[in-house]
Amino acid sequence: MKNFSDLYIALDQTNKTNEKVEAMVKYFQKASAADAAWAIYFLSGRKPRQIIPTAKLRMWAAEISQIPDWLFELSYDAVGDLGETIALLLPDTTATGSELPLAYWVENRTVPLRGLDESEQREAVAQAWNELDANERFIWNKLVTGSFRVGVSQLLVVRALAQVSGIEKEIIAHRLMGSWSPNADFYLNLLEASSEDADLSRPYPFHLAHQLDFSLEDLGDIKDWQAEWKWDGIRAQLIRRGGESFLWSRGEDLVSERFPEITTASFALPDGTVLDGEILPWKDDEVMAFAQLQRRIGRKDVGKKLLEEVPVVLLCYDLLEFGGEDFRQRELKERRAKLIEILDGLPDEARKTLIYYPAVEAKSWEELSKIRDESRSRRVEGFMLKRLASPFRVGRPRGDWWKWKIDPLTIDAVMIYAQRGTGKRASLYTDYTFAVWNNGELVPFAKAYSGLTDKEIRKVDRFVRDNTLETFGPVRSVTPKLVFELGFEGIQKSSRHKSGVAVRFPRILRWRDDKKIEDADTLDAIHQMLEAEN
Amino acid sequence: MRLIKPTERGLYVEPGDFYIDPWLPVERAVLTHAHADHTYRGSKNYLVSKEGERLFRTRLYNEGNIETLSYGKSTTINGVKVSFHPAGHVLGSAQIRVEYKGEVWVASGDYKLTFDPTCAQFEPVKCHAFITEATFGLPIYRWTKPEILFEEVNEWWRGNVEKGKATVIFAYSLGKAQRIMKSVDHSIGKIFTHGAVERLTRDYRETGVDLPPTKYVGEVADKKEFIGSLIIAPPSAQDTPWTRRFGAQSTGFASGWMRIRGARRRRAVDRGIILSDHADWDELLTAINATEAEQIWVTHGSIDILVRYLQSIGKDARPLETKFVGDAPETEIADGEEGD
Repeated sequence: MKNFSDLYIALDQTNKTNEKVEAMVKYFQKASAADAAWAIYFLSGRKPRQIIPTAKLRMWAAEISQIPDWLFELSYDAVGDLGETIALLLPDTTATGSELPLAYWVENRTVPLRGLDESEQREAVAQAWNELDANERFIWNKLVTGSFRVGVSQLLVVRALAQVSGIEKEIIAHRLMGSWSPNADFYLNLLEASSEDADLSRPYPFHLAHQLDFSLEDLGDIKDWQAEWKWDGIRAQLIRRGGESFLWSRGEDLVSERFPEITTASFALPDGTVLDGEILPWKDDEVMAFAQLQRRIGRKDVGKKLLEEVPVVLLCYDLLEFGGEDFRQRELKERRAKLIEILDGLPDEARKTLIYYPAVEAKSWEELSKIRDESRSRRVEGFMLKRLASPFRVGRPRGDWWKWKIDPLTIDAVMIYAQRGTGKRASLYTDYTFAVWNNGELVPFAKAYSGLTDKEIRKVDRFVRDNTLETFGPVRSVTPKLVFELGFEGIQKSSRHKSGVAVRFPRILRWRDDKKIEDADTLDAIHQMLEAEN
Repeated sequence: MRLIKPTERGLYVEPGDFYIDPWLPVERAVLTHAHADHTYRGSKNYLVSKEGERLFRTRLYNEGNIETLSYGKSTTINGVKVSFHPAGHVLGSAQIRVEYKGEVWVASGDYKLTFDPTCAQFEPVKCHAFITEATFGLPIYRWTKPEILFEEVNEWWRGNVEKGKATVIFAYSLGKAQRIMKSVDHSIGKIFTHGAVERLTRDYRETGVDLPPTKYVGEVADKKEFIGSLIIAPPSAQDTPWTRRFGAQSTGFASGWMRIRGARRRRAVDRGIILSDHADWDELLTAINATEAEQIWVTHGSIDILVRYLQSIGKDARPLETKFVGDAPETEIADGEEGD
């Protein structure tokens, strides 16, 4: 456990990717295969189901620390992280780090807690806290609560493993996708030079794109590019191999069961086919609002009624594998042609669910810019621009694929509530509620917490503390004085909100310190946007 | 009787007609310590501790009539007996004991109980009413023992020497900077100071505090001298062009707020050094108990929390509103001067 906790500290103490990779390499070189497998599991953001309800941990931590519950809650409020709060509150330990391996701590001391009754659990937790030093307690708490996170991307983990094993990054990345069990065998296979990757379910890493941050003309001749509408759904990969189907979302969740219509349609695909596409709510030949798709997300069992109300399709973008052969290094042009050929050849029933959308034809960038103005009415976010000669790459490389999104809708609104942030921003007032005018009254309509610089956040934090009207737990109401320009992606009617509207992806674009609260927008203006949208 | 009352100018001792740490000009001021939020210029007469005299004179630009009084000695102002007692916060910091008609109040100013080789150790003073700070008034704040903490700092510094890097620590220029230079292992390398630190370090030396040799950064002609050295600078110097001269460097920030990971990360330094010149939670409770005071007045920081806790263990505790900083860690750190 000590080695893993040292690794965590090393990763936490630096922002430099080289130093992070170096720290992981050092760890993997001395870790046992079983420890390394668990480390990869946690570093790449996987987590076991919650093992003990956090309410119990809070209670036990407060008891053992001999502080009243209210004081525990206020401490938590100031720290913003439960595992850390507990580690800071527990009585000092004489433990100097546990030499027992990570795998032992996870498999013997953590996971089995789930099967114990409450008093046994409490005893086991107290015993663990007793044996661990302050840093290890923090990390173990994160493991127990399923909230372990560390600032490394999967890509960096892959880089470190490639360095340790001498195996290509792409192969490691591929082997890390899909579902696997963290054990010694897995780790040994991961680093095995010749192992056949037999796992049928395994998806390819996604090729992602950056937002276009320079002028279109610099992309060169438009003839070399394919423009696709940028759909707003769930990016996914559909795999048909060995007579089985797997649907993976980009968050690497297996979602086959949640979208049975796609799984059923996939039975018609030839074996050894992998498609890249977007799960979209789709009815009467057009896309529905994202809010509709949200009704399907997170539901494992989808009722008949919901299936009828919100049918989904997989709108296919790309072909990654065909006839069991990896197609990713072929040119987009070729992959796309083959994709269309496959989809056109499907039986009618499957063609309703596995669809594609023609690329947008434009003779010049200028013409394409004009077409982009239709984005909002088409319920898309703008364009994806892909070089026709591009391979399907790993991660978010620059150069071949670009997102070209439309500008957000904007509103000037007044801050009326502030709440403390969590994690990195705990103890600062960073989460704000904004209001607009309605008949001389300020009506809350959106919450936003990102978009300010650290310096601005500190200024707003100061303002909140100096202008508090009332305090409700972690929330303060403040004198309406500050005006911000908010951006958001879409707008929906909502009976749950007092304002009657719900906005999508609200964020702060800038602080309008040049504006007075009287200059803020009205609810009417928002309702007009809503009408224009739909 | 409320011997010490908050007013718009500061804490006021009515029968003696003087103020403690006033933030507006008054006829007579008695000061606890020389940090900027307790030592305001513009008053006519000042009474300060003998031990902190040089720092106070620097801070007050030597203006006004400045009188001194040693720890433990007493004087009388308009019939009120006044004496200073070590607060352990920084050099010359004092708890102010006032006595009138048998009633004794102590205004502690800022204080800590942790050992600090650059100032006199906190001494509990028995009183009827005790005014305490609460900057770190939450049980999550518990300080690492200095010997362990400085061993970690030494280890980090040594590691930087091996990598050919300079070590830069941002710390308040009055108190914490001197505590660091005194506590680190100065056999590891040379110690350089920022101008603001150097000026106050001189006051420390002239007061008789034995500090290791340091050199003002501005006097260094050859930048190679900085390789492997330790540089101590105020927080306001972080992320300024001033730090470029040190070349490859590892940075640290010394503050009690560094106990929280989120605060460490926001600071964007390589090391958060949990070093405070305030009392932690346990020290607050220890100090309060030691005064045997019947009444506890809590000012600046987590006032409501400490009051509620003290009440829950049966003490007569009340909030006392003042304008001392300490509520907003971020702003305070950002503005760079002092307070924790």
